[in-house]
Amino acid sequence: MPIGEVVTYSITFLAVYVQIFMLVTFLERRRDLKAVEGLPVPTLSHYPKVAIIVPCWNEEKTVHGTVASLLALDYPHDRLEVIVVDDGSTDTTWSEILKYKDNPRVRIFQKENGGKHTAVNFGIDHTDADLIGCLDADSFVMSDALKYMVDAFNNHPDIMATAPTMIIHNPKNMLQYAQRVEYNMSAYNKKMLSFMNAIHVTPGPFSIFRKEVFQVIGKFKKAHGTEDQEIAYRMQEHHMRIYHCHQSIVYTSSPDTVKKLYKQRLRWIYGFIQNTIDYRRLIFKTKHGNFSFFTLPSGVISIVAVVYLSFALAYNFVVFLIKKITQLSIVGWNSSSIGFHFDAFFISTRTIVFVEVIIYGLVIFSIIAGTKITGQKKKIDWHVIPYILVYTLIAPFWLLKAVWNTIWGRRQPAWR
Amino acid sequence: MQGFRKYFYVFLITCALFLSAWYMSAYFNTRKLNEVKDIQNKVAVDILSSETQFSLLEELSCQDLNSSIFSTEIASLAEKIAYAEQNVSNKDEIDLLKKQYTILEVKDFLLNKRIGERCKQMPVTILYFYGSKDACTDCAKQGYVLDAIRQQYPQVRVYSFDYNLELSTIKALTSIYKIGNTLPGLVVNGKTVAGFQTVDGIKTLLPKEVTNPVKATTNTTAKKVQTN
Repeated sequence: MPIGEVVTYSITFLAVYVQIFMLVTFLERRRDLKAVEGLPVPTLSHYPKVAIIVPCWNEEKTVHGTVASLLALDYPHDRLEVIVVDDGSTDTTWSEILKYKDNPRVRIFQKENGGKHTAVNFGIDHTDADLIGCLDADSFVMSDALKYMVDAFNNHPDIMATAPTMIIHNPKNMLQYAQRVEYNMSAYNKKMLSFMNAIHVTPGPFSIFRKEVFQVIGKFKKAHGTEDQEIAYRMQEHHMRIYHCHQSIVYTSSPDTVKKLYKQRLRWIYGFIQNTIDYRRLIFKTKHGNFSFFTLPSGVISIVAVVYLSFALAYNFVVFLIKKITQLSIVGWNSSSIGFHFDAFFISTRTIVFVEVIIYGLVIFSIIAGTKITGQKKKIDWHVIPYILVYTLIAPFWLLKAVWNTIWGRRQPAWR
Repeated sequence: MQGFRKYFYVFLITCALFLSAWYMSAYFNTRKLNEVKDIQNKVAVDILSSETQFSLLEELSCQDLNSSIFSTEIASLAEKIAYAEQNVSNKDEIDLLKKQYTILEVKDFLLNKRIGERCKQMPVTILYFYGSKDACTDCAKQGYVLDAIRQQYPQVRVYSFDYNLELSTIKALTSIYKIGNTLPGLVVNGKTVAGFQTVDGIKTLLPKEVTNPVKATTNTTAKKVQTN
């Protein structure tokens, strides 16, 4: 077997392995998911004090919606404080924030620009709440989101942080619909990782932490533009459980152009690579469980797989192009000689084709399961087709660029 | 399923899935080979039938012999064998199919020639000797040219032979037509040419009746008038 085929089969084997691992976890825990399906919003035994920090940097258009959604949360007013921190915005964000200066439930601060994590840390320093969360100023929460999370904290003392389910807010174009499909799949993956106690990110939109987390492991650190990932790595290192509270729904804005999406994903992937390098000591260490043996290796595998397969795809495309150009240059533009005639005989029946069918089947299953987990009625979203097309075509570019930046030590991409 | 046992079980499930994919592939590849064999058998029957028909009609007029006497599936068979050669891993079976196909081609070629001699019509045939990608860098290009010729002039029958196939028939053909080591080697209507030939180059070697059908039709009509 040629070396290229050995590499292709090895990579696809690992890709199938990761998907099957998720599927087995789903089958093991489907009863847990079923048990909470359709249950009413929980009645809490007690209401710990909660602070939600909203870091803002040039968010004049969205900050109102974000704060309004927090004020509409179904939670006792005297037990919830909203802390809005302007991180040195250069637009009219601060004057928008000032509109809340007389609202007793909102505390507002302004500081010099230092990055999102410094704004969140500023908020942490100014609260004595039991549970501290953060909500990016481009996201909106469902009114019952906090109650589900607090219920999890109340009933499971070992849970140190909760992460929500994120759904794309008001998608308008094909790219955003494709992202909605991706987020639905991500909800499934996050939930399975949560069952395995192996979550590697506490997303900026509405992750909630016990205050002890910051007391024991410290606050957010500058971490390659992905501080919400770094703190999750640090929590895993200290055996702190992160729980994915799938009933807590957060709507988040999504990039509406390929360029914006590219920049966002470049930051995420670059951050993942850098954080994984920084915390490489955690890989394949028994004491760190599934996070060490599954989450981190599968993330690395997915990057290697996409980089390799995109090169292989590009190579095959170039070979095909050369063949067609040669054919045209020799026999001229003769439609009958370069045309297409269908014969089932010529459909490839190589083993790799059937393996690819299995992979796509598993991906579609995870999208359907994720859509169900997020409580959306729709069973199958036809935008799965643009999702597969868009991500197959453009994901290799941000992955390759992130790898390139890592190899050549380029500076991290801007967070906004 | 707890701890590392789960990793092991998932490994087993993944292996089972890969084995299933491999089995499916083998199943469909066998079906494809069977399809090639079926076509091959049909071509063999067609040729046998043509030979018998030819023998029966030997005493009769050439007008009773028409182009339908030749098997029409021989070209599609070549395409399928070439595809199977690249995509199906069962080399021995492919080799055997290729040898059988080569013999069928030669039989078809000989029948074509005999009918040509009997009816005083020169059959238009091209024998094409190709080699592997490493041994013959121009063979892929020559293949495109011959495809174009075949589509432009359907009456031209192109027979492709793998120069390196271990078959005495190939050795006999290369010896008769003096095909040397320079590949691709072509025999256009009995004339041997070595090396890559363009579409125009081959056209110059084809009879005018083929490349200039208007003139050919006029000639045929003239002949008919003369006969009458």
